[in-house]
Amino acid sequence: MSKTLFEKIWDSHVVTEENGRSLLYVDRHLVHEVTSPQAFDGLRLNSRKVRRTDLTFATMDHNVPTSDRSLPIIDQTSSTQIKALEKNCKEFGITLFDINSPNQGIVHVIGPELGITLPGTTIVCGDSHTSTHGAFGSLAFGIGTSDVEHVLATQCIMMEKPKTFEINIKGKRKNPHAVTAKDIILSIIKKIGTAGGTGTVIEYRGDTISELTMEQRMTICNMSIEAGARAGLIAPDEKTYQYLRGKKYAPENYDEYVNLWRENLKTDSGAQFDKSFTFSAENIAPQVSWGTNPAMTTDVTDTVPFPEEYGKGNPEEEKGAAKALQYMDLKPGIAITDILIDRVFIGSCTNSRLEDLTEAAKVVKGKKISAKVRAMVVPGSQLVKKNAEQLGLDKIFKDAGFEWRESGCSMCLGMNPDILAAGERCASTSNRNFEGRQGTGGRTHLVSPVMAAAAAIHGHFVDVREMDLN
Amino acid sequence: MEPFKKIQSIATPLDKVNVDTDQIVPKQFLKLIQRTGFGQYLFYDWRFEKGGIPRKDFVLNDPAYKNSRILLARDNFGCGSSREHAVWALDDYGFKVIISTSFADIFYNNCFKNGILPIHVSDETLEKLFLTQSEIEVDLENQSIKVGDTSISFQIEPHWKKILLEGLDDIAMTLLHEDQIVNYERSHKI
Repeated sequence: MSKTLFEKIWDSHVVTEENGRSLLYVDRHLVHEVTSPQAFDGLRLNSRKVRRTDLTFATMDHNVPTSDRSLPIIDQTSSTQIKALEKNCKEFGITLFDINSPNQGIVHVIGPELGITLPGTTIVCGDSHTSTHGAFGSLAFGIGTSDVEHVLATQCIMMEKPKTFEINIKGKRKNPHAVTAKDIILSIIKKIGTAGGTGTVIEYRGDTISELTMEQRMTICNMSIEAGARAGLIAPDEKTYQYLRGKKYAPENYDEYVNLWRENLKTDSGAQFDKSFTFSAENIAPQVSWGTNPAMTTDVTDTVPFPEEYGKGNPEEEKGAAKALQYMDLKPGIAITDILIDRVFIGSCTNSRLEDLTEAAKVVKGKKISAKVRAMVVPGSQLVKKNAEQLGLDKIFKDAGFEWRESGCSMCLGMNPDILAAGERCASTSNRNFEGRQGTGGRTHLVSPVMAAAAAIHGHFVDVREMDLN
Repeated sequence: MEPFKKIQSIATPLDKVNVDTDQIVPKQFLKLIQRTGFGQYLFYDWRFEKGGIPRKDFVLNDPAYKNSRILLARDNFGCGSSREHAVWALDDYGFKVIISTSFADIFYNNCFKNGILPIHVSDETLEKLFLTQSEIEVDLENQSIKVGDTSISFQIEPHWKKILLEGLDDIAMTLLHEDQIVNYERSHKI
């Protein structure tokens, strides 16, 4: 019988089934400091062990400071959480990439760069952006803390089988340096909505996807959760196998695995998806979000919409848009390029990899940021930071007036000192423009790294298609 | 987990779509390392002005809903971050039932793990409940919501119903499959 890629991975991980639910084996469990302490406490309370310490990897990313790492952490509660993870990993025997490790970084950046993420595997993490790993053809879910405890104790997760959702992306972008993977995924979320993928695993397919690099594919899969999906998935290909070859935790008999993956990890022709959506990437523009969820996004050449225009007859959505505009302090009808910004954040599990920084640096090179803007670059991992510094990107950013920081989640969610002040407006390469996400009262506009870099220079949004980025 | 009992209460109407978990419990309160004490932070930025003064126009601050144990919500409730702290905050505040037309997946799952019952209803039923001023009764055993003399039935997966009604520990339930997990591990390598 023809099967989708998702069904193949799912079926090969079912340990047993009960009452319409499956006990699914977890190949890799990634742990971080914010969603794990209560899970470890639960284990202690019930005298349980971590079943597979060899399949469990931890790092600290959410609340670590991105300033000088040799200084003590001032925030006592962050420090407590970081110490708790150190203690828990030691007590339960889990590999930890701590704050001083050369492999520390955002959990979804280090998984692939260390080869912990592998095609055909199941991966879970107590973080919704675990969907990122789907770019490698691995079935990767975000889970809550109770499930973190469940996986630590049993190496399994009990789940109802999600539905399948095919998103077919076709067409060649006219200017792929200016219209990025971020613009593709924001355009899709704008169309299908923040609940468009609820209950499903999305498989991204089509010639546009095949042409993307691995890092661009990660940006796409990363934001699957912003469309409500459990996971995003892209079938692995030669780019995937090449990317993972020689990585620290990739298997020794790598070529044998590659042969198996080549044979198995694809959706069979004739396989049926529960849902399907076709999208043309050919004519899309750089995207800028104007509201308080990622679907509230528009073209950089457009204007801020009127609530009734956004609501399209749905009174609840219309009300939501009116509230969002009030929070964002934006008037309908003004041009996106007239929106002035105070802050720029280039970072997060969506857009903090080497390629993101390289592309943004092209925009910045030889220029100075606007005197009214404070801008920072937060590389996704220590390895990204090191590689970027070898290319001299740090110098380009610093010369232009950007702050060049240590790796972590940073201002994507503002759990560390990197936050917006109330009323500040930020061009951000992160994934969520929710109220207060980057700091209470802060206003977030989601954009690609090149759009963020250009906004830093000009002090407002500009259409990067008008710049020479090649 | 405490077994889920019948709930009788006035329902708090939260009239907003796409409520994300960043709103349910803002990030500055995620640094605690225990599960308890999050109720005071529930909807913090909507509930309080600067300096912790309650906002008069926010529904949770309306004395009429003070002891409410049922929350009425709109489409896509609990979207965004996987933070279970959102559910711990709702639970600690006193909500045991959340009724909406739709929920985000991870949030929905997290509810059951903490003894909270999320109920899916139709648009029509939700509108009716939003207009109800009196107490309503939620009976999980019989899968019904009673509003005055009318009874509205709801669907729930048998697996979750059993876990809530009996207050079961799902890790212990999974560990009953130990032999199958061991067998799986023997044949599966990556």
